[in-house]
Amino acid sequence: MVEHFVTPPQWEWYIVWYFFLGGIAGGVYALGAILRLLGDDRDAPVARLAFLLSLPVLAVCPILLTLDLGRPLRFWHMMIDSRTFGLNFKYWSPMSVGVWVLLIFSVFAFVSFLEALASLRGSRAPFLAGGLGRVFVIVGAVFGLFLAGYTGILLSVSNQPIWSDTWALGALFLASGLSVAAATLSLVTRLGRHEQSAEAKLTRADRYFTILELVLLVVFFLSLGAVGSRFLAPRWMALWVVVLIGTLVPLALHFSTERRVPAMFAAVLTLVGGLALRIVVVFGAQM
Amino acid sequence: MARTVGFFTDTTLCIGCKACEVACKEWNQLPGHAPQFGDGYDNTSQLDEQNWRHVQFHERTTAKGGVAWNMMSDVCKHCALASCMEVCPTNAIIRTEFDTVYIQPSVCNGCRDCIAACPYHVIGFDEASGLARKCTFCYDRLQANLTPACAKACPTESIKFGDLDTMREVAGARLNQLRGQGMSEARLYGDKEYGGLHALFLLTDKPEIYGLPPTESAVLPSRNNVRGYLGTLVTAALGVAGAVFAFRERGGKE
Repeated sequence: MVEHFVTPPQWEWYIVWYFFLGGIAGGVYALGAILRLLGDDRDAPVARLAFLLSLPVLAVCPILLTLDLGRPLRFWHMMIDSRTFGLNFKYWSPMSVGVWVLLIFSVFAFVSFLEALASLRGSRAPFLAGGLGRVFVIVGAVFGLFLAGYTGILLSVSNQPIWSDTWALGALFLASGLSVAAATLSLVTRLGRHEQSAEAKLTRADRYFTILELVLLVVFFLSLGAVGSRFLAPRWMALWVVVLIGTLVPLALHFSTERRVPAMFAAVLTLVGGLALRIVVVFGAQM
Repeated sequence: MARTVGFFTDTTLCIGCKACEVACKEWNQLPGHAPQFGDGYDNTSQLDEQNWRHVQFHERTTAKGGVAWNMMSDVCKHCALASCMEVCPTNAIIRTEFDTVYIQPSVCNGCRDCIAACPYHVIGFDEASGLARKCTFCYDRLQANLTPACAKACPTESIKFGDLDTMREVAGARLNQLRGQGMSEARLYGDKEYGGLHALFLLTDKPEIYGLPPTESAVLPSRNNVRGYLGTLVTAALGVAGAVFAFRERGGKE
């Protein structure tokens, strides 16, 4: 195991919320894209809802990131070299890649949002109809999935103990992001009393995402080895319990019932668990 | 005048006077933190945004059962392959004409990615300026052909400054001299790590004792890129497959 002596970067609540909301925005868009491509007419309102949700959630992300900077007014230095005014892009630095992905994905989220708004009013933007529209949402979904997962890679590509001792963080955050996104969509869908078939589909999808997340949690701890013992402190143990409750209980509820109230309860637990996961990973490595 | 410079810190000559710390703060106008008094002589604690030199005090038991100090004036290593520079998304961290690693205050936006990357816990976040800060190798003094303040002030010449090649030669000769005198525990740190450090250290104990990663741990953050992305890609494929399967599946209340 690599031994490093690293000062914690003081990435705290802004970053935790960015990781959480980025996972929702990216994941919800990807689910909306899949529902649009594979679903039937009954799924169309939920796919539209996904695109309506993705942009507002995404819009919070750059605000959080900017506020986290020591010099918020220099946020543009991430993209443009302030000396040469050329573009800044380092494919080997996930923070640099992430900034561009956030920017490009926001274009997709924005266009899909407008299209969803237009479709609410009964019209459909012609440029998103047909094959081109399908390609558009597929590419947007790829960027969305990237946004949901790269945040874990951002942590790993450091020398911070725990973060850099595992390769599984990006995968774990993506699985959790998909699960949280499905829960968000499911919750909003049920609040709006949309078509039941789409709700059932989201619940089934969340089962797979949750199982994937649980497997990756095991992989995460296995990859950490002895370093993972840092999480044995009571406050981190408590958060891991929340993470487990936020995965196991919804999973059990998904398998046992499709009734509205338990399903909404399961969705809320998934959201809380997803947030707890990011809190424990971000803070747990720094304290 | 462009040249490749280096420090050579010979810990066997360090007397723990902290003149380097004081000179550094004086020259670089660093107010420092309030001193923290523990059970030793170290009231600086660590390298950070205010402490660009830090004299470490390590108490150890000698072979004959006595107690001895291991003291070392720690500093930014100005690595040839610098982890901080690798991750910096704004290109605020540059390599100067002296081959040193420098954070440009006018470019840094305080994202702190470099802090999580530095394996030597060198960089600190300065709340007042909102910037990441560390030793500049006295960039302004180098430009004026002056010796960095810490090396200039060191009364025992524990901190030596010069061209990196010369420093390597001096360090090698000193190592041979000490080993010739029977100090078998003497070792050189910094000639192999991270492509070769611009701050070499002559140690009398394991590097970890001084907060220096062992040679085999001197790896860059980018080592985790490929496997991180691969793991995420596989997860994305499984996740999409799960969603496709779930959305196509018949049953339930449909």
